[in-house]
Order: sequence, then structure tokens, then C-alpha cells
Amino acid sequence: MKRRTFIQQTTAATALVGLGGLGLQSFASSPKKITILHTNDVHSHIDAFGPENGRNPNQGGVARRATLIESIRRENPNTLLLDAGDIFQGTPYFNYYGGELEFKLMSMLKYDAATIGNHDFDNGLEGLFAQLPHAKFDFVSANYDFSNTIMDTHSKPYKIFVKDGIKIGVFGLGIELAGLVDKQMYKETVYLDPIEIAQDMSRILKENEKCDLVICLSHLGYNYRNNVQKPSDLSVAAKTKDIDLFIGGHTHTFLKKPTIVKNSVGKDVLVNQAGCFGLNLGKIDFYFDSDKNKSADGVSILV
Amino acid sequence: MKFKFIFLVLGLLLGISCKTPSSVYKIEGKNLIITDSLQNNASIESFIKPYREHINNDLDSILGYSVDTYSKADGHLNTAIGNLMADVVYQQADPVLFARTGAHIDFVLLNHGGIRSIISKGPITKRTAFEVMPFENSIVVSKLPGAHVQELLEYLSKAKRAHPISKLKILLNKDGKVVESSINGTPIDFNKTYYIATNDYLINGGDGMDFFKGSEEVIVLDYKIRNALIDYFMKTDTINPVADDRFIQLKD
Repeated sequence: MKRRTFIQQTTAATALVGLGGLGLQSFASSPKKITILHTNDVHSHIDAFGPENGRNPNQGGVARRATLIESIRRENPNTLLLDAGDIFQGTPYFNYYGGELEFKLMSMLKYDAATIGNHDFDNGLEGLFAQLPHAKFDFVSANYDFSNTIMDTHSKPYKIFVKDGIKIGVFGLGIELAGLVDKQMYKETVYLDPIEIAQDMSRILKENEKCDLVICLSHLGYNYRNNVQKPSDLSVAAKTKDIDLFIGGHTHTFLKKPTIVKNSVGKDVLVNQAGCFGLNLGKIDFYFDSDKNKSADGVSILV
Repeated sequence: MKFKFIFLVLGLLLGISCKTPSSVYKIEGKNLIITDSLQNNASIESFIKPYREHINNDLDSILGYSVDTYSKADGHLNTAIGNLMADVVYQQADPVLFARTGAHIDFVLLNHGGIRSIISKGPITKRTAFEVMPFENSIVVSKLPGAHVQELLEYLSKAKRAHPISKLKILLNKDGKVVESSINGTPIDFNKTYYIATNDYLINGGDGMDFFKGSEEVIVLDYKIRNALIDYFMKTDTINPVADDRFIQLKD
């Protein structure tokens, strides 16, 4: 591994970004930028919290998130917008409309894909299925086998997006449902081991599909300190390879900054989560050099 | 825009070698906070508006009146609000169980922690039901052998909390032992099997109510507790629940 420099001040970091950019321009290839935006555990929080809210006064709200996303897209059209599950449940909007408004708004915000959280089963598989016509985005879930359920063929293990010639593979992972969700709700959905599935998915996306970027959209949870056996984003990231980014959910974890994890071959992987209730929007920018190769040894990461 | 949590991951390309198509040379990551300094997107806001208005009108339409303010903290082993909830579950769920199975509910047991808000003096609305019961828990009926009903009584005598009950009566002596217990006025026959209405959280072992694991059968009514409250409020003008003698402890 290489030396790591820690920079506290944004100004210093920005100066370095500038330098990096200049350095690359001298090789006469135009670098590309892919922006990944993400939410998780929005839990039907369509309206912003009011001023009287004790914890998050005047924060959140879909209409404001739409403004922010729009301005980011104007800056970089090569943007993907993803959600890591638990779209449903938490305000009367869900109780009254069963998720219809959540899906319609996500479609208006042009979400590209979402994975399925445990609370998305709260009205049963039928309840989720019934709202699918309102979702103009795809659901990705690689470790829920829906073949004996009404959801069969309505979610895909992964989806590939091409933005500015960059091939981005996004696959989904869901949490174990037994003990968390009533069996009546998930019925014959089969939960498969997230680590095995992540290994399969990264092989398919990297080796077969030749993706430039592989993203795991996960509702496993960030980390389980008291139960290390329980698959989490940090543990799956450490036990797999060829995945560039884990976007997480379930544990409502507010990260000050994405976590960097060493994967099974010692390469850096980013793990991020944007808290809950639409209070935050995660933003990860990947800068690509279109021609040149780089060796892992040559990468230095400044946090 | 206020970006509080700003951080930078910067991977600089140092090594230069041959040609692979596209490789990442730099990554930047931030978590942006959605604050009120962001303008609402007008078309999104106007799309939400009719949904919001419909919900608010419905939630705030007055269904009845509460003569007082009731809190789950008002009482030792039984409270007015808990008695109301357990009695509502009995009244609303018994006809459903009877229509489905021909059986009647013998008694109701809920959990004290399941009362999530006070009921305030004045108008009762659907919002009241959403505040008291924000979760989606539904009513289930356990067919429970008498031996496990015995365990249930021991649990309640040890818990010494006002877990809401209806149609069940328990008297503890000053040492906390059960000295009298009856269902609908009849002493409990521990050789009999009883139909106990509860919620799906407790039937799955919530709050350590392990006696429900001895259920011979669990009948799912597909009836949410919140909906039972709303249905009850809709047909009741005024609520005036009281703490009574259904679960008490003798002082000496």
C-alpha cells in the first residue's frame, strides 16, 4: 500500500484536485466524470420535517431533494440516482396510498434503480407488486429469489447503465427476512447468501459484462459490531473483490464521510450510507481517464 | 446550500502503463444535507399537494370527543388508556373471530409499550389513532392451553406493568402473588384452552411473552390495531375510560 495523506481543509484538497486534473490533461485525453447520487430508508418522508421537530428541524423533503438533484444533473448529466430500500412505511402517505406517491415521486425525480428493503414488504408481496406500475425505475435484488412469488420477473439481479461510454453495473442485496418480516408478507421469497451472491455478481459484471464500475446497492446494514457473523456492507465489502462502491441502508447510519474498506485482494472499496428519511443525499463522483491504465499501487487516497 | 459533511477521496494516478479502456483516477464523496436553504421544486410540490390535503383533511376530521387527557403513566397495574385499548380490541375483534371460526375471544392482552402517545382532552380524530398506534401491528388470536395461561398470569404478576387487558381480572396479594383470577367473571380453568386476542408483535415473543409459543393455533384476523381504534372512534361519540379493578394489588 502507498502512503496516505490526510487533509483536513477543503481548500487544500481542492487545490490538489486541481493539480491532479492538470496533470492528466497533459496526456491529451478528456477525463470523464460519473456522479452517483443515493438515498436510503426514506420511509415515506415526502414532506420536510417541521420547525418544531426536535432532531431534524426544517430538514428533508422530496421537493427540495428534487431541486438539489436537478442542479447536480445540470452540472453533470452523467449522473445515476439510486435508492437502497425501505422506501415504504413511516408516514400516513404510505398508510393512505400504499406507496403509490413514493414511487410516482421517485419516477419524477428520475431514479434509475432501487433495491428492496424489509419494510417494502410491509403490505406483502402483493402490496409491493400493486405499486409497480407507478415506478418508472427498476428494482435490483440479486439475493432474493422471487421465482415462486408474484414478484417473479419484476426485479432483476442487476442492471447495467452506460453513461458517456462508461459501463456501470448495479446489483442489489437484501437483508435476511426471517425473523424481521412476517412470513405471510414475503411468502416464498428465498433469501440467498449475500457474500456468495456478491462474488457471483462482481464476476459477472466485471469479467463477463466488462463493466468499468461495479456498484452494490445494499439493504444489509452498515455494520453489526455485536454480531460479526451477520452480513453487513463492511463485511461483504471486505470479503469480495471488483466492487467499487457499496451504497447501503437499513441501519439508518449517518456517515460524515464514506468509509474506505480493503477488499479481499487489498484494494480500496467505498461504503456509503445517507442516514434516513431523505435528510441527506449521498454523492460520489468517479473520475475516469479514458485512455490510460493505472496500477493499484499508484493510487494514493486523500481523505 | 450548506454542505456540512464534506470529504474528499482523491486517488491520483502516478503509474503510467499500457492501454485499458477506462479506469478511475479520482473519487470524491460527500453526504449533502437537505436543508431549507434549498428551494422546493414547484412541480413536485404541486404534485404532492392534493395528496397531502386529502390526508390532512381525513386525519383531522373529528370523530368524537375525549372527556379528559389519558396517559399510560396514569396508574399502576391498569390505566384508563390501556383499558380503552384492550376493550376496543375485544369489541372490534370478537365479531371478526366469531364470523371466521365460530369461537369467541376469552380475553385480550396487549403490551404497555404499545401505547405510543397520550389521548388529549377534546376532539378525537384519525390522527389520534395514528399517534397512539403508529405501527402496523395487527390483532391475532392465540388458542392457548390453560398451562400457558398460568404462565401468562405469572408473567403479568412479575412484570408489574399496566399491560392492557380486557375480560381478564387479576388480583395480586401484597407480595405480588396471584390470589384471584377470572375470565369474564368465571374462575380460570387451567385444563381448558382459551382464545386470547393480542398483537403480532407479542405472539412472536415480543416483550418476552414466551408463553405465546405454547399456542395450539394462531388465528390471523388481518385487522390492524390502529384500524380497530379508528372503527371504534367512528361509532363512539365520547370516550370516558377509567382505571378499574381488572388488575390490582392488595396493599395488605
